[in-house]
Amino acid sequence: MKGVYHVWQRNWTVYRQNWKIGFLAPLLEPLFYLLAFGYGLSVLVGNIHDRGTEVSYTAFIAPALIAINIMNNAFFENTYSSFVRMYYQKTFDAMMATPLSVEEIITGEIFWGATKSVFSTIIMMTVISLFGLIQYPAGLLLIPLAFIGGMAFGSIGMYFTGIVPHIDLFNLPFFLFITPMFLFSGTFFPMENLPQWAQLMAMFFPLTHLTMLARSLSFSLFSAKMLWPLIYLLLFWAVFFPLALYKMRQRLIK
Amino acid sequence: MIIEAEHLRKTFGALVAVEDISFHVRPGECYGILGPNGAGKTTTVRMIYGFSPMTAGHLTVFGLDIRHHMRTIKTRIGVCQQENNLDPDLTVLENLLVFARYFNLSRRPAMEKAQELLAFMALDHRKESKVLDLSGGMMRRLVLARALINNPELLILDEPTTGLDPQSRHQVWERLEELKAMGMTLLLTTHYMDEASRLCDRLIIIDHGRILVEGSPAELIRDYVGHDIIEVSDPGPALRTFVQSHRLHHEDLGHRLIIYGNNHDDLYHEIRNTYCREGCIMRMASLEDVFLKLTGRGLRE
Repeated sequence: MKGVYHVWQRNWTVYRQNWKIGFLAPLLEPLFYLLAFGYGLSVLVGNIHDRGTEVSYTAFIAPALIAINIMNNAFFENTYSSFVRMYYQKTFDAMMATPLSVEEIITGEIFWGATKSVFSTIIMMTVISLFGLIQYPAGLLLIPLAFIGGMAFGSIGMYFTGIVPHIDLFNLPFFLFITPMFLFSGTFFPMENLPQWAQLMAMFFPLTHLTMLARSLSFSLFSAKMLWPLIYLLLFWAVFFPLALYKMRQRLIK
Repeated sequence: MIIEAEHLRKTFGALVAVEDISFHVRPGECYGILGPNGAGKTTTVRMIYGFSPMTAGHLTVFGLDIRHHMRTIKTRIGVCQQENNLDPDLTVLENLLVFARYFNLSRRPAMEKAQELLAFMALDHRKESKVLDLSGGMMRRLVLARALINNPELLILDEPTTGLDPQSRHQVWERLEELKAMGMTLLLTTHYMDEASRLCDRLIIIDHGRILVEGSPAELIRDYVGHDIIEVSDPGPALRTFVQSHRLHHEDLGHRLIIYGNNHDDLYHEIRNTYCREGCIMRMASLEDVFLKLTGRGLRE
């Protein structure tokens, strides 16, 4: 367990040096989206009916932006960034000559991906709160949610890192997995607008569940129904985390 | 014994990288593994530092079975891998401090050890530099410093001076000699014969995953090629007949004839005066002659 922390700490040491750049994206991205979609589109769209209440379009997409950001941060970190460390910088090779095990290295990397999801969520929450779009104290639960989502998306990202032959092939999961989720997970319009079959498919997307939870927490609307998306995310993590460890072990130990 | 390797074998699918290799490394010695490219040197040391699990065989380090005590063994060894896998995201000093954490060293002793090693490797003026700004020789010394961060009893070096300029190589050799003088055991792979002659107490030459010979550099030279070497370029048929009729130990490479043996002064003068006016030299035999004789002169690519 200490080994996991030391791997995490290596990434933290590097992050601290570039924190200004690391801060910029989650600070500016929600601003851009809120301005473009929120203020540009909301005039055309009007209010949205979501689970019995009526909310402004801006309030509707704000939690989705947080959910997307949780997904992107962990997934990007454990695909491109982890791949660069593994393949080009040989950082894992060097680590493997120390008492660290492959499992500790990969777990540390996934924890780091989830940590980046948490950091950027906190920054985004600050910006979105300035628009008054998050209700507190329920909104604070977005932080542990970012960790759970980060672990789920980081694990599947690391699984892809274990199997892609070359870094260019990450285009595939981004194009076939991340982009459709970004658009069709009830993020920018209610899922009910989709045809029945598409709604059913969207229920397999982890981002759908993450968005539902983020929205409930932002609006401070609690119900027993929240348990299902939470279980889905935890299951997703429970399946892909060991798969990622397995594939990375196969890849690194020769 | 520091390392006891018995019948090590490693296969990658159909490819046999190491067929059958056994050797023992004693405390405080520098032990060399020599061989052409693809002979199985790197695969052998990788099995010892736990990077690749062996396919078959028995291997103990510090008397501990590698299959059950890898983590304990790894806390007591230092590894200098072939490629410079330094952390480009960190400075010179941070490279050492971050590595020290992997060995569970706490902050203060890690800092002290890192400063000491940077001074030892003549890198203390570049502490704050990024790794990518260092020269090849400096990077190599930093890899070496990093391998020493945990005060290892055994230092494993996989081609430590490949790609370095002569000054840097000599500097690395001097540091390694100092470490040996302090009682550290070294296991070294190389394809530089001068490096092996200078550093190794004993060595094996391997090819195609098997051991060809084992011994000290001097013993191997004496046993396999003798003390003197006469080299003749563009030898004529008369010389070939002479060499064969005198049953001289030799190798005919077409454009070059190599005669092995001891106390060849008289022979050399005879050959020189009778068979060749130029392109004929006598020199001391080296490990390189043993190596080429045993592993052949064909290219390995």
